[in-house]
Amino acid sequence: MIEIKNLEKSFGDSKVLKGISTVFETGKTNLIIGQSGSGKTVLLKSLLGIHAPDSGQIIFDGRVYSDLTPDEKRALRTEIGMVFQGSALFDSMTVAQNVAFPLKMFTKNNRSETNDRVDFVLKRVNLIDAHHKLPSEISGGMQKRVAIARAIVNHPKYLFCDEPNSGLDPNTSTIIDNLIKEITEEYDITTVINTHDMNSVMEIGENILFLKNGLKAWQGNKEEIFITDNEAVVDFVYSSNLFKKVREAYLKDLK
Amino acid sequence: MLIRYLSQIGRYFLMWKEIFNKPTKWSVMKGLLLKEIDDLIIGSLGIVAFISFFVGGVVAIQTALNLTNPLIPKYLIGFATRQSVILEFAPTFISIIMAGKMGSFITSSIGTMRVTEQIDALEVMGVNSLNYLVFPKLIALLLYPFVIGIAMFLGILGGWMAGVYGGFTSSDEFINGLQIDFIPFHIAYAFIKTFVFALLLATIPSFHGYYMKGGALEVGKASTVAFVWTSVTIILINYILTQLLLSK
Repeated sequence: MIEIKNLEKSFGDSKVLKGISTVFETGKTNLIIGQSGSGKTVLLKSLLGIHAPDSGQIIFDGRVYSDLTPDEKRALRTEIGMVFQGSALFDSMTVAQNVAFPLKMFTKNNRSETNDRVDFVLKRVNLIDAHHKLPSEISGGMQKRVAIARAIVNHPKYLFCDEPNSGLDPNTSTIIDNLIKEITEEYDITTVINTHDMNSVMEIGENILFLKNGLKAWQGNKEEIFITDNEAVVDFVYSSNLFKKVREAYLKDLK
Repeated sequence: MLIRYLSQIGRYFLMWKEIFNKPTKWSVMKGLLLKEIDDLIIGSLGIVAFISFFVGGVVAIQTALNLTNPLIPKYLIGFATRQSVILEFAPTFISIIMAGKMGSFITSSIGTMRVTEQIDALEVMGVNSLNYLVFPKLIALLLYPFVIGIAMFLGILGGWMAGVYGGFTSSDEFINGLQIDFIPFHIAYAFIKTFVFALLLATIPSFHGYYMKGGALEVGKASTVAFVWTSVTIILINYILTQLLLSK
């Protein structure tokens, strides 16, 4: 579980996070949504330790991040798996080498143990014949799956995903969403996803945090987001005609 | 403007400290070192050999063509070639060329990793990215004096071939010139400079790649800036070291 208390962050005169408090639960897919510039990326980067917050606390299962020593922070980071928007695979390494990287860096596994674990996670993300390919030789969807495999290979407690569906077709997006959800439940990890994709919100949004102008404007789940009367959420989530119609149909069914 | 430069210089020295912090596991570092030696040292030998051989030849021909006074002995061609190649051409001129070749390679490879979030990925995993990326380059470039040693040998060989086969001097006269007034400390001076240049060649381009911001266009700009600053620093340090080591 990750608990955030009164998190504030400014860049110069611009206050990006204005006292956000929330809880991201273990075993659930926690989504952060909001317009561009609402503070989603800064919040995610603060959780990752890339940005130091001006005030407030981030608590990882009872460990207050700002109170940890540099060594404890590095140790905590080895418990984090991250899927970047552009996958961020090491382009000079093969798929298998990318996935094996955290194991080589942080475990004492021998070569056969490492290979077994790499085979296992690549199978888990449905990539079987790509071991020896370079990231440039595989599709965007496959790159995302490799990134997920790399993120989970060292048994993380926390999985962060930044726009995991950007640039993917709807079918592949659904596959990636379901994969993240399955992995979250299977390994009982705390998953936080930063997304713009409303399909993801409807598919896997078990805990949705909506940010507006650096403030928490709403929090709920994928069922509650259909019935909320929060204007900011309705304007943002149901901005397309398709989603408006879906919502109207849903509300009609409820009545 | 001045504050910006000072802040950049301060950041550069802080980077040095961070390079040696939290070292990467030796089993991983070993592979990185071999790769950097291959990319930076072995990969530079061809161009260094080609340039050294022909520039050595040109130095010999230019010296010969300027010796119009019959009272000046021909062995001066070998002497001038040796002095030019060992003192300046091999350590300094080759290092400026390497600032372009190795420097742009280092800046663009690290800069591309920055743009594509690969450096963020390393940091998020808990890896000291500066140690992982820059330390192997620094160690690989400790072999750079060998490259300069080869440049010295081939420069003088090129001078000998151009002088002898171009009909400007005899082999005996050229070799005699090579041996006259030889000061062994000049070799030490050349290698001390080379060692310092190696450290600059590894770190200045890395600095510009690592701390760059933006996209693909900025990677290109960072490579150009890195080349300019590496060259300027090499020239300045060359002046300071020459003053310190050779002036009496």
